[in-house]
Amino acid sequence: MAAVSMTVNGKAVTGDVEPRTLLVQFLRENLRLTGTHVGCDTSQCGACIIHLDGIAAKACTTLALQCEGSSITTIEGLAEPGGALHPMQEAFREHHGLQCGYCTPGMIMSALDIVRRNGNDLDEHLIRDQLDGNICRCTGYHNIVKAIESGAKNMAAK
Amino acid sequence: MSATGIGAPVRRKEDFRFITGQGQYTDDVTRPGETRAVFVRSPHAHAKIKSIDVAAAKAMPGVIDVLTGAQLATDKIGNLICGWMIHSKDGTPMKMSAHPALAATKVNCVGDAVAVVIAESVALGKDAAEAVVVDYEVLPAVVDPAKAQASGAPQIHADIADNTIYQWHLGEKKDVDAAFAAAKHVTKLDIINNRLVPNAMEPRAALADYDAGTDNLTLWNTSQNPHVARLVISAFVGMAPEHKLRVIAPDVGGGFGSKIFIYPEEVVCLWASRKVKRPVKWTSDRSEAFLTDAHGRDHVTHAELALDANGKILALRAKTIANLGAYMSTFSSSVPTYLYATLLSGQYNIPSIYCEVDAVYTNTAPVDAYRGAGRPEATFVVERLVEVAAREMQIDPADLRRRNFITAFPHQTPVIMAYDGGDYNASLKKAMDMADVKGFPKRKRDAARNGKLRGLGYSTYIEACGIAPSQAVGSLGAGVGLWESAEVRVNPTGSVEVLTGSHAHGQGHETTFAQLVSERLGIPIENVSIVHGDTDKVQFGMGTYGSRSGAVGMSAIVKALDKIEIKAKKVAAFMMEAAEGDIEFKDGKFTVAGTDKSAAFGDVALNAYIAHKFTGAELEPGLKETSFYDPTNFTFPAGCHICEIEIDTETGKTEIINWTAVDDFGTIINPMIVEGQVHGGIAQGVGQALMEGAYYDAAGQLVTGSMMDYSMPRAHDFPSFHVGMTETKSPSNPLGMKGCGEAGAIASPAAVINAITDAIGTEAIAMPATANAVWTALQKLQAPKAA
Repeated sequence: MAAVSMTVNGKAVTGDVEPRTLLVQFLRENLRLTGTHVGCDTSQCGACIIHLDGIAAKACTTLALQCEGSSITTIEGLAEPGGALHPMQEAFREHHGLQCGYCTPGMIMSALDIVRRNGNDLDEHLIRDQLDGNICRCTGYHNIVKAIESGAKNMAAK
Repeated sequence: MSATGIGAPVRRKEDFRFITGQGQYTDDVTRPGETRAVFVRSPHAHAKIKSIDVAAAKAMPGVIDVLTGAQLATDKIGNLICGWMIHSKDGTPMKMSAHPALAATKVNCVGDAVAVVIAESVALGKDAAEAVVVDYEVLPAVVDPAKAQASGAPQIHADIADNTIYQWHLGEKKDVDAAFAAAKHVTKLDIINNRLVPNAMEPRAALADYDAGTDNLTLWNTSQNPHVARLVISAFVGMAPEHKLRVIAPDVGGGFGSKIFIYPEEVVCLWASRKVKRPVKWTSDRSEAFLTDAHGRDHVTHAELALDANGKILALRAKTIANLGAYMSTFSSSVPTYLYATLLSGQYNIPSIYCEVDAVYTNTAPVDAYRGAGRPEATFVVERLVEVAAREMQIDPADLRRRNFITAFPHQTPVIMAYDGGDYNASLKKAMDMADVKGFPKRKRDAARNGKLRGLGYSTYIEACGIAPSQAVGSLGAGVGLWESAEVRVNPTGSVEVLTGSHAHGQGHETTFAQLVSERLGIPIENVSIVHGDTDKVQFGMGTYGSRSGAVGMSAIVKALDKIEIKAKKVAAFMMEAAEGDIEFKDGKFTVAGTDKSAAFGDVALNAYIAHKFTGAELEPGLKETSFYDPTNFTFPAGCHICEIEIDTETGKTEIINWTAVDDFGTIINPMIVEGQVHGGIAQGVGQALMEGAYYDAAGQLVTGSMMDYSMPRAHDFPSFHVGMTETKSPSNPLGMKGCGEAGAIASPAAVINAITDAIGTEAIAMPATANAVWTALQKLQAPKAA
């Protein structure tokens, strides 16, 4: 076992983990932050996307120990402490960008990284292209794309 | 229409928990003292088990126990079963093999579980699973359904000859043969409906918890129908009596059919929990999902269409071999029979149809219902035949369809189904307008100037949904009734809980069902909650599949609401000292006709419970009603999808340029949700047509066993879709609903392939029409010119 410490959603956390423990296991099992999901085990589907020091990363292919001293944001850390939703979360609801909800946390975290990389004025083609690392089986992506386009705009307006 | 009533695009009540990471899927549930199950699975497709040595594994750190199929048999845990009896044309019953949850003597597909490690963590369990020594005697395998019945093919189940489960047929062969003999034109097609892996994003999971104090078992699992799971695990597997087994299907991350079925893993977790006296959880990883989730489709078909000189269809015949895999999954027998051949009339007036289906065992994962279940396969046969016939007879494909549309209802097809309503010309016309079919020739010329081949493909589909009248399906072999139940509980404060036997795993029932209640009772939608997925709460239910939750599940709610209104009127009559017959109910208010007396819904609810205005002899207190609704017919959603594509001749890559869907789903409760269902269905159908395919090699190894090998559709594979509606109400249920969950997946594969064949000018191309397949076809077509 090895000690690990990091900041998750603004809070300092520590854990004692087997070296092979994945970040997603640490988040889900040790911290009980179960919003980050595992969908494929091969880094294809993006259900496990979190932000590692501000950049999207797949928590299913990141070891917890690699994140020593890092700052992690998960889906649970997006809404304001008072409960107000992040504009991207709100956009997914407004545009019916989710059905079963399983891929949704990863989609939202990925969407925010698309905004980080490309700004708030996103066209459909770019969004579709840059969602390559996220798989949804329910929505046909139509409303996810609309949600991201709208959420990005609303983030700028905020 | 109110802002939250029927027809309003109400934003979903369930979304908040999902967008904030607070959904509760099975793997998110934990129990104190929880252990983890890790399965030891066969690496061989077909082998005898000579011995299993678990001693080393049992001694590994963190291992609580290692259990095998021999122990399962000793404990008299029963086999998994298929619940739909099909009889062969000679009258003999289908041949269902034994299907133990852990194989003890023989494995029949890669991934067959032979032992399970119960450990303190998944990692420790995996370490121990590696240490279980299984001595196999490997046997030759058969994976191709077209070869499974051949003499000399490996025999999968000793007591079942020729790997043949049944040889079934439907229709009048004599009439069909006569029609073909008299036909002016016959179109023939060989079709492989490619095998698919459902791949709901949430992998299957099960958490079993045995309470020794009460001898009760609780199972959390990823199920589309928890009551059916409980029934099968109790009545057939014999795990526990129904009243001692609770099944909870919490948030479920997609199903598409694959979570209807009762699987070995949930049986093993229940059994293991009782043995080790601790909770046992198993969560599939994606590799296990590829190997063990029931797959979909996998038909090999020869089909023929007979037409007269004017393109009027005279008859259709088809011979299909359906691959059901190594074991018969829960409803597998019904998919290539009564959910398939009964839809071979499509939207057309076809005087006679004959279909033969042989279902076979192979050394592959079981195959069962996947979104559409038999109806996509039927639609593909019909819509490809019609398209090819039009090409061969040089008739415009839309025109050939029009000449054959059914226009008078009710319409009895020659294959059981009696269509109760629809307007196929209306959906075709609207789709052609939306897709600007008139402008297509110019777009095709423009594309050609850019070196691209443009094509346009139609699919005018029909499906049978709202599954299903119990007596009808019983006569066809179903082991269960397919009604649905609802309980409406009005609380003393006027808020309402609806307990439904339907189950949502993405469909948004918590919103749409609440819209119905809000409209009907005139109360705010926030005051309504929908409870589903727990056998201890919901009286009974048949679950969600076959686009049945609106047409059947909501009809049950309507019936219960009818009873609520009757009872509430009695309470209101006592409150307002009026005759019951004078009470009217509208917009959440009870009034006495011809007076200004009124009582709000909430006041009536309170009075029903405090019971101060009537005696027990006059009226029972309380306001709670239950209904079990059995539909009178299937529903028949239908529509027209038009796909426009462009092919890059250099690479063979197909790009979808425009997708138009016009569907008739009858009454729509929430258009936002319905359109979302259409989008998702199209994506799955396009996936089948262009990229998805599960392939086993000759030894029975699944070579498309991960998302790196099996091509899942991604956002950049699609344009935005254009979705429109037409509406003819179903006459077969109180709301006039038809069902929308599967239409997209049913309609779309034929539309894509018809568009590709239109673009490249050939009669056939196999699914999935990958860039390689299209490029190869183009080379073949061009070869004679080059020579």
